Amino acid sequence: MALTGLEIYKQLPKKNCGECGPPTCLAFAMSLASGKATLDSCPYVSAAARETLDSASAPPIRLIKIGTGDQEVELGDEHVMFRHDKTFYHPTAFAFLVDDNATDLPEQIRAINGLEFNRVGLNYTVEAIAVNCVSGDAAVFKTAVETVAANSPLALVLISEDPAVIAEALPVVKDRKPLINAATTGNYEQMVALAKANEAALVVKAEGLNALAELVEKVVGLGFKEILLDPGYRNTSQVLAGLTEIRRLAIKKKFRPFGYPVITFTTETGALDEVVQAGVYLSKYASMVVIQTHQKEHILPLLSWRQNLYTDPQKPITVEAKIHAVGEVNDQTPVYITTNFSLSYYSVEGEVEASKIPGYIIPVDTEGTSVLTAWAAGKFEPEKIAAVLETSGIKDLVGHREVIIPGYVAVISGKLEDKSGWKVIVGPREASGIPAFAKSRFA
Amino acid sequence: MAVTILKERYTNSVAEVVLGATPEQGGTRGFTLTVGGEKALPFLHFEGKIPFPPVIAAEVADVRPEWNQALLDTIGPDVAGNPALWAKKAVTEWQADLIYLNLTGAHPDTGDKSPAECVQVVKDVLAAVSCPLIVVGCEVAEKDELIMPAIAEATAGENLLLGVAEQENYKTLTSACMAHHHTIIARSPLDINICKQLNILIREMNQNLPIVIDPTVSGLGYGIEYTYSIMERARFGALQGDKMLAMPIIATVGYEAWRAKEANASEVDFPGWGLQEERAILWEATTAVAYLQAGADILVLRHPQAISSVRKNITQLMADNSF
Repeated sequence: MALTGLEIYKQLPKKNCGECGPPTCLAFAMSLASGKATLDSCPYVSAAARETLDSASAPPIRLIKIGTGDQEVELGDEHVMFRHDKTFYHPTAFAFLVDDNATDLPEQIRAINGLEFNRVGLNYTVEAIAVNCVSGDAAVFKTAVETVAANSPLALVLISEDPAVIAEALPVVKDRKPLINAATTGNYEQMVALAKANEAALVVKAEGLNALAELVEKVVGLGFKEILLDPGYRNTSQVLAGLTEIRRLAIKKKFRPFGYPVITFTTETGALDEVVQAGVYLSKYASMVVIQTHQKEHILPLLSWRQNLYTDPQKPITVEAKIHAVGEVNDQTPVYITTNFSLSYYSVEGEVEASKIPGYIIPVDTEGTSVLTAWAAGKFEPEKIAAVLETSGIKDLVGHREVIIPGYVAVISGKLEDKSGWKVIVGPREASGIPAFAKSRFA
Repeated sequence: MAVTILKERYTNSVAEVVLGATPEQGGTRGFTLTVGGEKALPFLHFEGKIPFPPVIAAEVADVRPEWNQALLDTIGPDVAGNPALWAKKAVTEWQADLIYLNLTGAHPDTGDKSPAECVQVVKDVLAAVSCPLIVVGCEVAEKDELIMPAIAEATAGENLLLGVAEQENYKTLTSACMAHHHTIIARSPLDINICKQLNILIREMNQNLPIVIDPTVSGLGYGIEYTYSIMERARFGALQGDKMLAMPIIATVGYEAWRAKEANASEVDFPGWGLQEERAILWEATTAVAYLQAGADILVLRHPQAISSVRKNITQLMADNSF
C-alpha cells in the first residue's frame, strides 16, 4: 500500500524551507503521495527517512530480470491477488529441466528450443532451460551449461546447492544473466558472493516460511536483492498455500522479505499429472515453474492457459476490422460476417479453414464483443453491417452478392437484405457448424 | 523470524448440497455425495474448512454422440450408445464419482425420443450404477418441458441433480424438483447478476430447494479467463456473505474443452501442436484445473485419462496445508 501524504510528512525534516518547490513540507508530502514530486528534490531528508520512503514506494513484489536481449524474462512486479482486481502483469516463466549428465542433451535442447506455438493469431514461446547438476561433478556440469548456452538462446537456470559447482560454470555464462538455484542457510554467503560477482539472480531456498523470511533478511543484509523465493514445499497443496500466503503478505502487508517472485518445481513423474500440477502453480501465483516434459502436446495447453490468465480483463482482444481471405479466394468465394472480438473471429477463421472451402471473413468492429453481446448492445446492427458491405471493398472482390451471417442473429436478416441489397444467408450458430454448412452449400 | 500468517476471515460459507438418496432416504442409491460447504477459497485449508472434495461426474450420452472419434474409441465402441454400460464402465473402470447423463437423444434432430423412452434410459442407468446421478435435457426448451417432469416423477425420491433451469424457463423444472425430491441446476449466461437473480426466483418458489449453480463455463483458449474470473468473484462474494451466490458450482468442462480445435485437430494438420491424444486430454484436464482453482465443486469430464489426472490433483489438493 502506498503511503498517505501525512505518513510521508512525518518522515520529512519539517523545515518548510521551500527549496524543493512547494512552500511547506506538508505540501511537498502531498505532491510525493500523488506521485507529482520525487524525494530527490529535498536536500535535507535524512538517510533513514529516505530508506523508509523509498521502500514504501517500491512495488510490493520486486521485478527480477534474467536472461538477456530478446530472451530477457521479467518476473514478479505483481500488484493484485485476483486478475479481476486489475490484471496480472508478468506471465509465469517455464524453465525446462535437463540433467547435466544426460547423453541426449543436444536432442533435448533442440526439442525445448522448438517449443513455439501459433494459435489464434498469437505466438507462444517458452523462457528458460534449467540445468540440473545430478552428476555432482563440477566439470560435467560446466560442460553441460556450455552446451546449453551454445545451443539455445533461452535464459539459463543453474541448479546446484554446491557453491564450488556453481563457481565453475557461472563465469562462462555470466553475460547471459542466469538464475542460480539455490542459496540455502548453509551456503548463502558464498552463493551471494558468486551472484554479485557475476551479476546473476539467485533463488533463496529455506524450509518453510519462517526460515525463508529469516534467510532472505540475511541475503538482503549482504546488499543483494536479485532474489527469487523457494519455501521448500513440494506437495501440491502446501505449495499452493505457500504461494498464496507469500503473495498475500507481500501485497497486503508489504512484508518485505516476501516481496520477490516465487519459483516452483513439479514433482509428478507422469507427463499428464505433471502438467496438471504445473497448472495449479500457474493459476496461483508462481513466477517460474521448473518442469520436465517438453513434448509439444503437453506444453501447448499450459501456455494457452497462461496467455488467457494474463490477458488484461479490461481490454478485449480484437482483430483488425478488414477483409480477411482464407485459402485460394476468387470472385465466387463465400463471404462470412462476424465480430472483431478475437475469439469470435479466430473460431470462424479456424472453421472456414477446416472446411477446406475458401472464404472471405469480415469482422465488423463491435469493440471486441462477441456476436450475441454485440447484437444485444446494438453494436451489430443491420445498418452497420450494410455499411461494411458497401465500404469495405468486398464488392470489388466478389461477383456475387450473398453474405453469411451468424445463426445467432438470424433475426436481422430481413432488415439487412433491405439495407444492403445483398442476399442474406443465415449460417450456423456456432463456428463449429461451418464446415458442414460450407460443404453442403458451396462444395 | 516468525512470520505472522495472514488469514482471511469470512462471514459465510457455501451451502452443503447432498446428491442422491439411499433406500432409507427414499431413493435407491448405494451412497450419497455431499458438495459445497467451503469456508475458504479453494483448497486453502489453512484458513478455513474445505469439508468435501470436488467431485468428478463422467459425461454419458443416451445415444452414440457425435464426439471426437478418438475419444469415442477410448470410451469404447461397445459402450458408446449404451448409456447403462457406459455409466457402469465410468464408475468401475475410470473411478468417476457420479454420472452426468445427457439426453441428447431427445433432441428433435438426433432421435426425438419420447418422455417415456427418456424415463427408461434414466431408469436403466440408475439400475446399472449405485452412485448419484445428474440428468440434463436436450437443450430444446419445449422438449425439456416434457421430458424432465416425467423423469422427475418416475424417479421420485432419488434426489437426482436435474438441469437445467434458466432465467426465462425455470418454473417447470423447479416444480418438478420440489414435488419429487430432486436437486436443481440453475444456469446463468456468464453473468453474476443473472446468476443471483435466478437463484432468487427459484427460492421464491421454494425456500428450501437445494440449488447447484452452473455459471456457464468456457473452454481453455476460448474465453476461459472470463468465466474463471466470474467464478472467482462468485465464490468470493459467497464467502463474504452473499447467500444468493453461496451454492456449489458445476462446470461442464468436457463439453467445452472438446469443442476446441486444439482438442480435435490431428497432428497431420497441425504438426506444430504435437500429438492429438494427449493434447486433447490435457486441454480437458487443464480446463478442469483452472476451474478447480476458481471454486468448481462438480466437474463434468469425458476422457478417462483426464478423469484420472484431475482425480489425482484433487486428492493432492485436499491434503492439509496449514503452516
